[in-house]
Amino acid sequence: MSRIDLKHTALQGVRWLDDRTGILWVLRHSMFHRVPISAKWWYVFGSATMMFFMVQVASGIVLAMFYAPSAAQAYDSLVYINEQVPCGWMLRAIHGWSSNAMCLMMLVHLSQVFLHGTYKYPRELTWLFGVGLCIATLGLAFTGQIMRWDADAYWGLGIGAAIVDRMPIVGNEMRAVMLGGTQISGATLSRFFALHVFILPGLTVTLIGLHLYSVLRKGISEMPVAGEVVDPQTYEKAYEARVHKTGVPFYPDAARRDMVFCGAALIVLVGIAAWYGPMGPGALPDPTIIEASPRPDGMFLWIFAALALLPPGSETFLLLVGPPVGIALLAALPFISPRGERAPSRRPLSVLIFCLIATGLGVLTWLGMVSPWSPVMNAWTSTPIAPEFVAHRSPLELQGALEFQFAQCRNCHAIGGTGGMRGPDLTNVATRLSWDQLVRQIQQGGGNMPAYGKTLSSAETHALAAFLTTLDGGSLRAAIPGAMESQTARDAMPTSTNVPPSRSGD
Amino acid sequence: MSEMHSPSDATSSNPSTENRRGFLFAAGSTLMAIGGVLVAAPIIGAAVAPGILPEKDQWISLGAVTNWVPDTTVLIKFSNPGGAPDDGITRENACYVRCMEAGKFQVFAVNCAHLGCPVEWFSQSRLFMCPCHGGVYYEDGSRASGPPPRGLFEFAWRIQDGMLEIFSGRLPGLQEGT
Ligand code: FES
Repeated sequence: MSRIDLKHTALQGVRWLDDRTGILWVLRHSMFHRVPISAKWWYVFGSATMMFFMVQVASGIVLAMFYAPSAAQAYDSLVYINEQVPCGWMLRAIHGWSSNAMCLMMLVHLSQVFLHGTYKYPRELTWLFGVGLCIATLGLAFTGQIMRWDADAYWGLGIGAAIVDRMPIVGNEMRAVMLGGTQISGATLSRFFALHVFILPGLTVTLIGLHLYSVLRKGISEMPVAGEVVDPQTYEKAYEARVHKTGVPFYPDAARRDMVFCGAALIVLVGIAAWYGPMGPGALPDPTIIEASPRPDGMFLWIFAALALLPPGSETFLLLVGPPVGIALLAALPFISPRGERAPSRRPLSVLIFCLIATGLGVLTWLGMVSPWSPVMNAWTSTPIAPEFVAHRSPLELQGALEFQFAQCRNCHAIGGTGGMRGPDLTNVATRLSWDQLVRQIQQGGGNMPAYGKTLSSAETHALAAFLTTLDGGSLRAAIPGAMESQTARDAMPTSTNVPPSRSGD
Repeated sequence: MSEMHSPSDATSSNPSTENRRGFLFAAGSTLMAIGGVLVAAPIIGAAVAPGILPEKDQWISLGAVTNWVPDTTVLIKFSNPGGAPDDGITRENACYVRCMEAGKFQVFAVNCAHLGCPVEWFSQSRLFMCPCHGGVYYEDGSRASGPPPRGLFEFAWRIQDGMLEIFSGRLPGLQEGT
């Protein structure tokens, strides 16, 4: 067959396909549709989110070939994938890290769309489908963490169940529907498996379709320019005229940047996955192992922190009303603010709100990582008091130091920087509290400290207070070689020389 | 060929045709509705059944009453009643039994009354501490500090034929009122 014939046959094939499917029309309006010339690097994050979702689908399907969604076998099957299945550990690592990457890219995309006012007229529906995708993505991340079926998954479910249980009237029933019974059990894992591999991915695919369709129908927004306001009367006509005049086809002009960014992101993903490996599974999901310290994945640490910090009185109300109100506000955004300036420099309120939310989430996430409110459950046996805090103490004071360890004071209180952070650091406590105050605080508690009056005998309390009164900062001086001498010298100085120069002239 | 309808036939407003179409539409809608409900009932029913038909608590034996030493609190393991083989290790459960004096008990759920994390018992300070948000309880289960809105959940207990039994089966929660 000659080359001419070949070309002819190929063309005929394309024509046949187009006649039966209308593919050329579809391509012209999707791959080759015109996008604004100003759509540059800020526009790659949505594509990256979708790419990571595709990685999730592909890796998830293969994981499902090995994973046993049964409470009796899930944990073992994960260990099996990690250790026996060829490339299994990398498959799990990619699935886990790509989930983080998808959430991250989604947040960046959401922030960009918010800051650039892209949600305004006429892209309200694009935004709404995006909000749906945001919820679905977080849902996938949460249910994915449950698939790991380790101690964190088990107690994470417990926290989720306890929140659902707080709903008025139907709380108990909703909790039972969520757990598939009255306990966290095999039925619970099956339910979350169905959510994770059928319901949420199906929802996500549908929403991606709708999101992309609305992007195509109403066009990609241009980069915001200060002074160019969105006016529903004139916007669409002017936009179309501009895109017609200066726009470029999505493929290959805009797609080039997407390809560069997504390609680089994939390589970084593989690098991180190979370096850090798969996530868990952690400790066994055994409810009788009490020595668990459950923590959620990074994406949900801020919720974990919020749960510790919400005022107890309004906690239930905020837990149940907060999320729906937050989602409703997010969804209502394009209807609250459909027109006007899009440039961040002209929308100080939006920028302020963004900064507040971003800072709040960042601080909460950091607090969730440190979790200073959690007692360090094993500090009393694993964290000894440093020698400088027990050196040169009387037998009674040493007895008090022992009480300090054995009564688990250490789990909440640090001395010299080690120990729990739930209560105040006691390194200098004697400079703040008198003997009487110390004894009262130990016996009656208060300010988030339990009362030890019934637990410690008066002799034990006496010893403990005696030890605490030695913590006046002096032991710190002794810890620095040579510092003691200079401090003693300073202590010995006449009081008048300690008066600051500015006040000496008074 | 003679039976073929011309387009004008399809839109003609002959009263009997009109009636027939109306009837077919009504019949179609009704059949679809009945069929839909019949199919949906088992699908939705199975999904929400656990909420409508909750399992009942049962008396579970924790062992002979003589096992407990007065003035101690110990962690006791038991299996959830009504568990399925597929539950694996999550079928197991635990509670704290506090023996005040011979034959007098308090049985606490291990789940923190705040959001259900496992509380740990410290016999030296006689406190239960929660690793999640720092809830603390006294040895009688009452709230000492932290975010929990109430004391530890308690199981009803009884002594039957020399055995200590607790009434359990459900994950304790604020709405259970235990
Ligand atoms: S779950 Fe125990 S303090 Fe929050």
